[in-house]
Amino acid sequence: MSGPNTDYDPVEVTPLHAEEVERTRDEALTAFSGAADLAALQEAKTVHLGDKSPIVLANREIGALPPQARKEAGQRIGAARKAINDGFASRLAVLEAEHEERMLDTERVDVTLPWHTPQLGARHPLSLISEQVADVFTALGWDVAEGPEVEAEWLNFDALNFQPDHPARQMQDTFFVEPAGSGKVLRTHTSPVQARSMLTRKPPIYVICPGRVFRTDELDATHTPVFYQVEGLVVDEGITLAHLKGTLDHFVVSMFGEGLEARLRPNFFPFTEPSAEVDLKCFVCRGASVGNPDRPCRTCGSEGWIEWGGCGVVNPRVLQANGIDTDRYSGFAFGMGLERTLMFRNGVEDMRDMVEGDVRFSRQFGMEI
Amino acid sequence: MRVPLSWLREYVDLPGDVTGRDVAEKLIRAGLEVETVEESDLTGPLVVGKVLTYENEPQKNGKTIRWCSLDIGKDEPQWVVCGAHNFEVGDLVVVVLPGAVLPGGFAISARKTYGHVSNGMICSSAELGLGDDGMHGIVVLEPGEGTPGDDAIELLSLRDDVLDIAVTPDRGYCLSIRGVAREAATAYGVELKDPADLTLNGSGANGYPVRVDDAEACSVFVTRTVTGIDAKALSPRWMQKRLLASGMRPISIGVDVANYVMLELGQPIHTYDQARLSGEIVVRRANAGEKLMTLDDQTRELDAEDLLITDDSGPIGVAGVMGGASTEISDATTDVVIEAAHFDPIVIARASRRHKLSSEASRRFEREVDPNLPRYAAQRVADLLAEYAGGTILPDETVVDTHPKPAPVTLRADHAARVAGAVITLDETVRHLTSVGCTVEAAAADAVAAPLAAGVHAPALAEVGATTVGSTHVEGADLLTVTPPSWRPDLRDPNDFAEEAIRLFGFDNVPSVLPAAPGGQGLTVSQRRRRRVATALVGAGLTEVVSYPFTGDADFDAMGVPADDVRRTTVKLVNPISDEEPSMQTTLLATLLRTAERNVGRGANDLAIFQTGLVFLPKAETKPAPLPSVAQRPSDAEIQSLYDALPDQPLHVGVVLTGALTPTGWWGKGRPAGWADAVQIARLIASVVGVEPVVKNVELAPWHPGRCAEFSVEGTVVGHAGELHPKVCQAFGLPARSSAVELDLDALIAAGPESITAHPFSSYPVAKEDVALIVPAEVAAADVQAALAEGAGELLESVRLFDVYTGEQIGEGKKSLAFALRFRAPDRTLKENEVADARQAAVQVTVDRFGAVQRVG
Ligand SMILES: [Zn+2]
Repeated sequence: MSGPNTDYDPVEVTPLHAEEVERTRDEALTAFSGAADLAALQEAKTVHLGDKSPIVLANREIGALPPQARKEAGQRIGAARKAINDGFASRLAVLEAEHEERMLDTERVDVTLPWHTPQLGARHPLSLISEQVADVFTALGWDVAEGPEVEAEWLNFDALNFQPDHPARQMQDTFFVEPAGSGKVLRTHTSPVQARSMLTRKPPIYVICPGRVFRTDELDATHTPVFYQVEGLVVDEGITLAHLKGTLDHFVVSMFGEGLEARLRPNFFPFTEPSAEVDLKCFVCRGASVGNPDRPCRTCGSEGWIEWGGCGVVNPRVLQANGIDTDRYSGFAFGMGLERTLMFRNGVEDMRDMVEGDVRFSRQFGMEI
Repeated sequence: MRVPLSWLREYVDLPGDVTGRDVAEKLIRAGLEVETVEESDLTGPLVVGKVLTYENEPQKNGKTIRWCSLDIGKDEPQWVVCGAHNFEVGDLVVVVLPGAVLPGGFAISARKTYGHVSNGMICSSAELGLGDDGMHGIVVLEPGEGTPGDDAIELLSLRDDVLDIAVTPDRGYCLSIRGVAREAATAYGVELKDPADLTLNGSGANGYPVRVDDAEACSVFVTRTVTGIDAKALSPRWMQKRLLASGMRPISIGVDVANYVMLELGQPIHTYDQARLSGEIVVRRANAGEKLMTLDDQTRELDAEDLLITDDSGPIGVAGVMGGASTEISDATTDVVIEAAHFDPIVIARASRRHKLSSEASRRFEREVDPNLPRYAAQRVADLLAEYAGGTILPDETVVDTHPKPAPVTLRADHAARVAGAVITLDETVRHLTSVGCTVEAAAADAVAAPLAAGVHAPALAEVGATTVGSTHVEGADLLTVTPPSWRPDLRDPNDFAEEAIRLFGFDNVPSVLPAAPGGQGLTVSQRRRRRVATALVGAGLTEVVSYPFTGDADFDAMGVPADDVRRTTVKLVNPISDEEPSMQTTLLATLLRTAERNVGRGANDLAIFQTGLVFLPKAETKPAPLPSVAQRPSDAEIQSLYDALPDQPLHVGVVLTGALTPTGWWGKGRPAGWADAVQIARLIASVVGVEPVVKNVELAPWHPGRCAEFSVEGTVVGHAGELHPKVCQAFGLPARSSAVELDLDALIAAGPESITAHPFSSYPVAKEDVALIVPAEVAAADVQAALAEGAGELLESVRLFDVYTGEQIGEGKKSLAFALRFRAPDRTLKENEVADARQAAVQVTVDRFGAVQRVG
């Protein structure tokens, strides 16, 4: 920035000619556009816009002009100066952009290279599926109920209408806790959680109970002594088999997709009366494989339906043993094996993969099933 | 229960074209668990042949084959090679001809063998898919059973579908063709030709003498006697075939007839050689010390609870389970005493379990047999013995029958509809109940004083007037009085009848209605935080695994757990999968380290795994869990004692790290996972649930004694983390310097905040101060840091350790810890002297507490 030059003798100043101003401007613009890089542009700036540059000098002379000439000269020189400044700025922008582009280009990397921070681990699919089931039912307003794995025999059997010498109780292949006659077992199903729910909550009861259970089976491709179940229980006024069907249909759609449904086949469970097996419509072929040898379905064995679990209307004897007023309340319950669900839902072929703890099994699922 | 379709058709007039699969489908819809349908893949030509000639031809391999000519109803004889020798010229045999396919997909063609061209072959029972008949040769038909050229498939009903049904405990009657036929008849809406509909020709008296001492356990006992049988007679082929198809081997006419009648009617039968019985048959409980050699030639010690069949010689059978060897019928038997009885299901179930002896008889008695059957079944056995073994049926008959008649049950007429949530009319209900064999009478509502009975124990009608039940009487509700049939002892409660009506109404016809639950509260705090811990661990690169919770001494030894360590006090199983692992885990690491071992063994050297699971911690005093009555809710005290009897079962989280955390790569050298990573993961878990634990060095197996961090919250130890002891790594085959974490997740979560309250944060500038302190080497950095924080007071915003130095400059047995302190005030810019004072106050606490010396420069 330069102030008025007080030493300057205005009398000696020659008024600037228009041609002179234009020439100065054109020389500057030519020099800027000819600058090959930022250093050359900086040099040209010193020459054409620096303190000693013609345009700056000319500007100083304006003050020395007679008043009547000042305005015109001021306008002319101001315009030229602006043109030179603009010329510099635009060239600077171009050169800076070129410079940045060159620099970024040299910094190019191979983004496909691996890095050393830990990869995402994985949940076990049994955990993921039990969480998904819990989410389906909490969305309906149900609670997720839990209980211990070493359980009182009474809660595992008697409270659920499994009488001491009834064949159903023997069919369960129970692990008993020492000493013999301790009245304690490893729970053979998640149903004792239902008994606990009835003993501790007041109706209406809407609970879903995922959990680990135990039976004395040897491990093979389709059996394991330790496995996961999920059971649901509802006790409320006016609960019917129709409500059970509605709930199962909703469950099937939530887990396997729109348009699917559950089917009930009469069966026997001490806990429920009436009792039924739950089949789900095959989510792969949707029944199209039945009687159609050209289109076999591995998922359902071309049956069109897949056996999924058991269910029924809670036997009033169970309600009675757990202190629920059978005149006022009724209920339904259902249960499924989660390993089995994963087997047909996600194509797991061997039960052993699910229980051996090989990390490769979990890793193929990651955080999703 | 194996059910040949041809046998079923005898009692049910099924449409001619239905297949085994069709019937199975119908039965499944009616609630029978048909597991498989065996469909015959047999195709002809398969014909009856008459042996015209045969030549015995010894072979070099030591065998002698027969070169036979057979009349198969054509002009020319058929020539075949046969390896069997149990036939003579003139015998009728079954001949499979080229072009046929035998069961199992064996295609038959003319082929050269033993120097002849064999145009087909003569078939054995097994080759025809009938099972091994024990004849060790080909099937020889009875004279006149067929004529040469007859289609043998039709003649012998060879192409028969067999349904295999898993009978549920409530459907004992379906352990018979009669019972399945009843279901099939209902399913197809046709008449049942009841095979038990027989003419009884017994006198009801003067039979073999019987005394029943325990009428509760044995409510019916019937005997008939057949004399002069030929015990060596062969059972008729149709009977043999049905036994084989049902999975039983034909043995002798006496045994076969008893088995056949059991399959047909469901009534187990026992037969005695009358000559080997001595004196009156007495049904009683066993005396101490009594023994019995059963039919399987095992001598069994009897229990005082065992119900026995005895005679003057002592025990001759465990009632309903297995007979004794001493009175067994044999080839020499001429006079047979037939026993058909009814035993209490529980008595039989217990005896069967006690003697680990599950027989065809016990399986049926356990599920309760129709108490009306014994006389009919004994008659049927007698009839068959008379017909096929040439015996004479004595009219004398022993009939002991104290079995109570089925009690009628009263229920609301619309009960089935109310249970189903469907429109099932009264007519339908009555029709369905009638078709399962119930007698149904409508009872006018006002004829009954007391209301009934959506619930339990609907009292018998006779009792209703005297009993007040509940208070939900619906004015004018119609009632039904239903008497179940003798073969359905499982029908007791209103819901039992509802099930029958609904299953025949069709579960498919019940509508689908999603019930509206009252508003829920979502997951509990604990459930939410457990999920977050798992998610955080996965984010940190860990993979979740599952393992069995079973453990044993080998695991504790490998972990270096001392003999007197509390973790060795476990909950044990009476019947573990493996005797080496009788205990439930008290530490997750016992099983998680085995899982790590398996993974490392499979080539995964760099491992970061975690697991959540319960551990089982016995209480100081172990009490048995009570078994309260199920007639009503147990008292609160009883419920509490149920809960108290159980071990503590907190949820733990375990982590094992092995090998490299960071692999060596293009970025440079990798980094092994070490003790600090384990400790950091434990800190991560704590911070996920909002807990700031206190950490200190301790010595504890299975960790390295100098590299184990104990985590505690408010003075309670919640777990440990650090490097594993070198011996533990070795014992589990893990890479050196593997590390592990185990935390009590339940305790951590319980210590976490209910919710978080936000605090304002200051927008004034921060003042940073570094301080380096020389302290004795054994002083824990965490303690020094806590001291600094304590001394620095309210202005301290954070303190972080950023350097640890040991070396000559600071002297032996000492270390230098460098901390970065940040100070800030909520309401002003701090002055220099304020910061300096706070810093000095912080340092002073470390000086006083640990003799710390500030390191300058
Ligand atoms: Zn399918």
